[in-house]
Amino acid sequence: MSKYLLNKFLFTIDRDPQLVERYREDPSGTMAWWEAEQANKILNCIDGEASTWLTFDDTERSALATHDYPTLFALGAHPFLTLTLFTALFKRDHIEPLGFQREYAQRLSHFALPYPDIAT
Amino acid sequence: MAELVAVIASTHHPFYYRASTAAGEERSPFADEWVRKVEAFRATLTKARPDVLVMVGADHFHQLWLDNMPQFLIGKAPFYDANFHNEEREFHLPKMLLTGQEDLSAHLLREGLDAGFDLAFSNELRIDHSITCPIITLRPEHDLPIVPVYTNIFAPPLPRPKRFVELGRTIRQLVQSWPSGQRVAVIGTGHLSLELGGPRQFGPHGPDPEFDHKAVEWISTGDIEGCLAEVTLDSLHAPGNATHGFMDFMLMMGVAGEGAKADYVDTYDLYHTMEAFFTWYPNGAAA
Repeated sequence: MSKYLLNKFLFTIDRDPQLVERYREDPSGTMAWWEAEQANKILNCIDGEASTWLTFDDTERSALATHDYPTLFALGAHPFLTLTLFTALFKRDHIEPLGFQREYAQRLSHFALPYPDIAT
Repeated sequence: MAELVAVIASTHHPFYYRASTAAGEERSPFADEWVRKVEAFRATLTKARPDVLVMVGADHFHQLWLDNMPQFLIGKAPFYDANFHNEEREFHLPKMLLTGQEDLSAHLLREGLDAGFDLAFSNELRIDHSITCPIITLRPEHDLPIVPVYTNIFAPPLPRPKRFVELGRTIRQLVQSWPSGQRVAVIGTGHLSLELGGPRQFGPHGPDPEFDHKAVEWISTGDIEGCLAEVTLDSLHAPGNATHGFMDFMLMMGVAGEGAKADYVDTYDLYHTMEAFFTWYPNGAAA
């Protein structure tokens, strides 16, 4: 399990408006492309100096491929990154201001303290 | 030597900019009172007539990332571009350009290292809403040079609360030993109880009003000892999963000093989180 890699996915998708749209429209394909092409890129290094060892496990793949943010929370993905990206993905589908954020809280309502550890 | 003319601590609420600039049907019922409170708070900085602002905040996974994460970082650059795409997207924050005070940055870095803080530095730093929100609330003209100080309140393992207080004390000493005739204000923003990306987010109030009440008491009375006796990295999970941002308030208590009663205190209970505003004048009111 790699909380770091989950976070890296959320971080690199969120900062690129085109990838946000691509992930909204095709979560499974975007996840697979990202794991194959992007997961090992060190963000401050050139392509030839990528890492060689970073992969998702099946639980992580499934959560990302189905936009399953409660499972991302359970896996210890950083809640700020998850909230930020999923707000960008789905806020537009809600008429009420903060409608998405409140639905988000509701869908996590079965979690009690202590929350899953987010340390990487 | 430089003069520390004001110490200011507040929450940074990224929705303020939108709320304060919206008109007509878009304007929230709580906006007018919020603006009134922020403008009164702004006057406490204006009155101190600062030349330079030391700005304490925390990058929210914008430029700083988990492959190379500093605990405490000081910017040293002639300019700082500000705000990121996702802050424009979610909070409608404008792109900004701030000037840097490199001489004070260099002083804080050199003397901070010698004082036992292994400070990271950045010569090209794009700053985010933890610093631009207080610029928007306190100095919207953004005409003063800044020194950004970033803390890690976000990506564990974090420094412990005591370390934040100690850094605050050190920043105060270093500002006061800066060989310059300039008037310096130290401004830091953090959070009271706050939940982001968890089940308690975006409620009608902050997730833990009782913690907020205690926190305002600690800050406004300068009760560093009392605060340190209760607040730990573990305890901060209980009031809300983003409450570790409170440690930047503790840093500012360190700048203000043990037992230093704030000269100005105000709060505003809002949905999601409580706003809180504090100003100290180390040399007496607007000396």
